[in-house]
Amino acid sequence: MIRINNLSKSFSGHQVLKDISVVFEPGITNLIIGQSGSGKTVLLKSIVGLHDVDEGEIWYGDVLFNKLNFIDKKEIRKEIGMLFQGSALFDSLTVEQNVRFPLDMFTDHGLEEKTERVNFCLNRVNIKNSNLLYPAELSGGMRKRVAIARAISLNPKYLFCDEPNSGLDPLTAIVIDALIKELTEEYNMTTIINTHDMNSVMEIGEKILFISDGLKCWEGNKNEILNSDCEKLNDFVFANSFAKKLRDSIQA
Amino acid sequence: MREFIFLGLNSIGIIAIISFFMGAVITLQTAYNTENPIYPKYLIGLGCRDSIILEFSSTVSALILAGKVGSNIASEIGTMRVTEQIDALEIMGVNSASYLILPKLVATLIFNPFLTLMSIIIGIFGGWTAGTFLGVITSEDFIYGIQYAFIPFYITYSLIKMVFFAFIITSVSAFQGYYVDGGSLEVGRASTKAVVFSSVLILLFNVILTQLLLS
Repeated sequence: MIRINNLSKSFSGHQVLKDISVVFEPGITNLIIGQSGSGKTVLLKSIVGLHDVDEGEIWYGDVLFNKLNFIDKKEIRKEIGMLFQGSALFDSLTVEQNVRFPLDMFTDHGLEEKTERVNFCLNRVNIKNSNLLYPAELSGGMRKRVAIARAISLNPKYLFCDEPNSGLDPLTAIVIDALIKELTEEYNMTTIINTHDMNSVMEIGEKILFISDGLKCWEGNKNEILNSDCEKLNDFVFANSFAKKLRDSIQA
Repeated sequence: MREFIFLGLNSIGIIAIISFFMGAVITLQTAYNTENPIYPKYLIGLGCRDSIILEFSSTVSALILAGKVGSNIASEIGTMRVTEQIDALEIMGVNSASYLILPKLVATLIFNPFLTLMSIIIGIFGGWTAGTFLGVITSEDFIYGIQYAFIPFYITYSLIKMVFFAFIITSVSAFQGYYVDGGSLEVGRASTKAVVFSSVLILLFNVILTQLLLS
């Protein structure tokens, strides 16, 4: 479980996150949604410690993460897997080396054992016969799946995904969403996903946090989102004309 | 090992070619500027040797390496920054600066002095080739000249300079790449800044080190 209390963050005097409090539960897919520039990525990067926060608390279970020093944070970070918007695979390493990287860094397993784990993770995300390929040789969907394999290679307790569907076609996006949901349930991970893709929201939104201009505006799940009385959320959810017509027909 | 190949071995070609032709040009220019019977011919070999050892093989080679290796380091690390690969390392709890920069620093500090030695040998060979094949000096005079009044410390001086220059090239370029903020345009700018700042610092430290080591 990850608990955020009164989190605030600003850059050069401009406040990007304002007093956000939320709890992310394990075993379910937690989504942070909002318009581009609303502060989603800053919130996610603050939670994982890539940004130092101005005020507030970030609890990983019983550990107050944002007050830890670099060495103690490293212990928590071994339990974190992250999928970046652009996959962030290491260009100079092959698929196998990318997935093995966290194992090389943090385990003293032999090469055979590590290769076995790498192959298990790659099979788990349905990547086959691509161990020796470089990231530049992979499609967007494959890169995302390899990044997921790398993120789960150390059996993390926490999984963070920043726009996992950006740049993917709707069908591949659904496959990636389903994979993240499956892994979350299988390993009982605390998964937090940043997205503005409404397909993802309706597909895997077991818990949804909507932020706008750095403020928490709404919290709920995919069943409640269509009936919300939050005006900003409704503007976001029913942004396109098709969605508006659908809402009007339901209301009629 | 990868860094030794990318930053060291891959620079051998350009350093060898440039050293050969610089040695040749220095010999020819010295010869055409000393066409006076009162100057012994072996001074052409001596001039070639000292120019190559004192200035070309360390300073000019370092400027060339600043362009090749410096821009390579800045663009590689800069691209890693803008594509979030450095963030990925940080998330995993890896000290990204140490992981990315230290191997490059070690590789250039160890390998660049070898490039200097190689440059000295090839440069003098280039001078001998041009001088003897174009008939401006005999082989015996050139070889006598490169042995005449030889001061071994000049080699040490050249190697010390190259160690400093290697540190400047790698650290300045890595800094420029590591702190890139933006996209591909900024990576290009960082790469240019890396070459410019490294070159200026190399020239500045060339003066300082020469004063300290040869005065």
